[in-house]
Amino acid sequence: MRFSGGIARHKDRLSVLAHRGRQALARARLRVSDDPAPLGWLIAVSTILAIILLPLLVIFYLALTPTENIWPHLSTTVLPNVLFDTLVLALGVCTISICVGTSAAWLVTMYRFPGRAIVDYLLVLPLAMPTYIVAYCYVDLFDYAGPVHAMVDQLFGWKNPKQSWLPEVRSLPSAIFILASVLYPYVYLTARASFVQQSVCALEVARTLGRTSMGTFWSVALPLARPAIAAGTVLVLMESLNDLGAVQHLGIDTFSASIYATWLQRSNLSGAAQLASVLLVFITLILLLERWARRGAQSHHTTGRYRAIPLERLEGWHGYVALMLAALPFLLGFAMPVLVLLQHASEHVSEALDSGFLKAVGDSLLVSSAGAIATVAVALTIAYARRISSHPTFKSAVWLSGLGYAAPGTVLAIGLLFSLGSVDSWINTRSESVLGISSGQIFSGTVFAIIIAYVIRFCAVAMANLDAGLQRISPNLDAAARALGETRLTTFWRVHVPLLLPALGAAALLVFVDSMKELPATLLLRPFNFETLATHVYDLVALEQFERAALGSLAIVAVGIIPVLLLHQTVSSGRAGHTATSIWKKQKRFAATNAAHS
Amino acid sequence: MTTFVGALLRLVHMTSTAILTVAFFTISNIVLTPASWADGNVNIYSYREPTLVKPLVDAFQKETGIKVNMIYAKSGLIERLQAEGKNSPADVLLTNEFGLLTQAKTGGVTQPIVSKTLSTAIPAKLRDSENHWFALTRRARVIYASKDRVKIDSIRYEDLADPKWRGRVCTRSGQHTYNVALIASMIAHQGPDKAKSWLNGLKNNLARKPAGGDREGVRDIFAGVCDLAVGNSYYMAAMMRNPKQKPWADAVKILFPNADGRGTHVNISGAALAAHAPHSANGIRFIEFLASKPAQKIYAELISEYPVVEGVEVSDIVKSWGALKADPLPLEKIGELRSRASRMVDEVNYNAGPNS
Repeated sequence: MRFSGGIARHKDRLSVLAHRGRQALARARLRVSDDPAPLGWLIAVSTILAIILLPLLVIFYLALTPTENIWPHLSTTVLPNVLFDTLVLALGVCTISICVGTSAAWLVTMYRFPGRAIVDYLLVLPLAMPTYIVAYCYVDLFDYAGPVHAMVDQLFGWKNPKQSWLPEVRSLPSAIFILASVLYPYVYLTARASFVQQSVCALEVARTLGRTSMGTFWSVALPLARPAIAAGTVLVLMESLNDLGAVQHLGIDTFSASIYATWLQRSNLSGAAQLASVLLVFITLILLLERWARRGAQSHHTTGRYRAIPLERLEGWHGYVALMLAALPFLLGFAMPVLVLLQHASEHVSEALDSGFLKAVGDSLLVSSAGAIATVAVALTIAYARRISSHPTFKSAVWLSGLGYAAPGTVLAIGLLFSLGSVDSWINTRSESVLGISSGQIFSGTVFAIIIAYVIRFCAVAMANLDAGLQRISPNLDAAARALGETRLTTFWRVHVPLLLPALGAAALLVFVDSMKELPATLLLRPFNFETLATHVYDLVALEQFERAALGSLAIVAVGIIPVLLLHQTVSSGRAGHTATSIWKKQKRFAATNAAHS
Repeated sequence: MTTFVGALLRLVHMTSTAILTVAFFTISNIVLTPASWADGNVNIYSYREPTLVKPLVDAFQKETGIKVNMIYAKSGLIERLQAEGKNSPADVLLTNEFGLLTQAKTGGVTQPIVSKTLSTAIPAKLRDSENHWFALTRRARVIYASKDRVKIDSIRYEDLADPKWRGRVCTRSGQHTYNVALIASMIAHQGPDKAKSWLNGLKNNLARKPAGGDREGVRDIFAGVCDLAVGNSYYMAAMMRNPKQKPWADAVKILFPNADGRGTHVNISGAALAAHAPHSANGIRFIEFLASKPAQKIYAELISEYPVVEGVEVSDIVKSWGALKADPLPLEKIGELRSRASRMVDEVNYNAGPNS
């Protein structure tokens, strides 16, 4: 009796506690979402936005205040070619990337064939290959004086390589092929992530209703994966518009290349800014279009339970054909260029070391890690501000901060050079009149300028990771922490940061590698005696000494492989209930320990 | 109370962030800039490539003890000087081309150099009339011709537009400064209309899209793609020294265009003193060093260019190509016509290549 009474009392107390807990939770939850915008955050986020958008606004300013108006000339002679080349290149690269990326993802997700697990990894590796390096390799191989021409021409007895049926490597079709061979993994990754997460039920219903496995792909899986494929395609598009090194080497007049040429060869800054403005407007429209196309496009699973996707086995020679097809993009986008690099690098190690390779490694590591830390800090500030407040500034900040990713490096460099230059001279005038000494260069012409360029350029990359990471942390955890007496700051420090660590690490790594690869902005902004691996490679290639640049190129590729494989890991293991992601595990463990403590 | 503590914490957080940021800026400045601002330094912005400049820089550092800081870039340095304005750390601008020197002068990023040494060493036609810049070397824009397939021994630039060379000529991008200067000289000699139809003719004679560098033109002659290629003279020596490129050089002979007429188009490399040079004395000393006989000897032997100082001989390789008769057209005339030439390249759509 006493015993059961005790239980009853205990139950009462528990229910009171539970009630109080619920109330506290509700209050805390209220505070989490409905807090008015905290002033500190508002100031921080607005400052960041100003820094990110200023260089882009400078471009429009320069475009509208020409000293010598070259626009009539540009719009009649240069622009038609540029529009044609850019559009054909972008459309071509996107089309190939969609076809290759999506079909490879479907093959790997749904079928079992020999070597499937390895191919799954290999298919993402081309992402580690910067576009300019793959272009150098292909030109080296397929140029008229290159080994492929020598072999084929001899085989067919052609005296003049122009009689050969081999396509010209410096042409628009080749450029499309070369860019697509390293950019398709963006679509592969997003499509694969989407296929992996699709409900088996939907696919099986289609099969029971009489669709073939191909029919299921066309009528169910592909429409469901459309938003993901579109997101990957936008990345491909941005990269092709952004590229400078490859299109210059291949002699293609895209926007990026002619902005560079108009500024530095036609010596007309405002003309370059005018072309850049056209491009920026164009890119903003694409981004808006993508957002619009995604609106409300959500699909839900029919059940909360997940089954492993039943793999269809491809028997006999079918399996080997599948293997060959799936491995082909990897061979073209990674294996072949890496072989070219390895051959040159092994033959010219000492020359490469003499030409400043080690210095370039040091400078690269320094500036890329600084860039990664700064970018992650900036992205975290914005993403976190949006989490704790629904103020519209924070919402638009997430989107606006991504604009820098869309701006070609050349454009960004012009904008930064002039905005930082005027900030410096503003400070200088003040310091001379007040202190009587010149402050010299504080921002422009220092490593700082390059770091800002990386922050602006790659904020979107870090943001995507952190925003997703933060969204995965349930607001209940904030509420619980606050109800247990933590302040917002300690909640951030003791709850969010530990949970976010994988996302923070991934974001920093991605930005680090992107910074290592970044070429145009680094090229134009670098300070004295400074050389990253990317500029080192570019300079040597400009001097027609690609052999010496091979070692530097290999280093960039090798560093790039690590995050690419990590990225792949999170994507292919993304099936909920199937294999838990590390973040998910940590979150559960955290919840468990928390429960134990209270 | 809790809100007060929270506000306080927030304040601490914000200020610490601010401090960290400021510390970061300061450190990045202390670590990275002071070397170039201190006395006993000279800061160079160089369009010329590291391999060519480095031997000269080493010799200068050894002789004077002045530390040389470099920024190398193929393009964009004048634009950077303009953006930096009065704050620019640059003392000396080295260019691989004459047009860049005039562009620097008109762009307001240079200042007159008062140096008796330079004015006596370098002839008047190879320096700016107001002493804003000085030439340091000369090079000829020659035509490389296939030894096997081209039988002639003299040629004019005008011949490049002759239909008999259809599909047989290689050049680099028409917007490259070397080509822009050559086209400007054609405009100066023939007037804009004739020059334009010449450029159009040349475009139709191209064997491939104009891209890559001068050496790739020679390589494509070796490969059999084209029979003529336009390029600077010193590349020949560079290719002969490079084991991989030696066969390319062996496949061609050098023709000095218009040798029987007005002379071959000659470009210069040179130096200018930056308008806001923080170490102008060191800067002038550096340029004087480059115009000294030992440095000119390095230019002649290592880079195989034509020296600008009396009494310094060209290298044996350069001698073997025969004498150079230079086009007497004043450099300033070419400078004035550069932007016209650059537009002409767009007007004939040169860079789209043949059949466009």
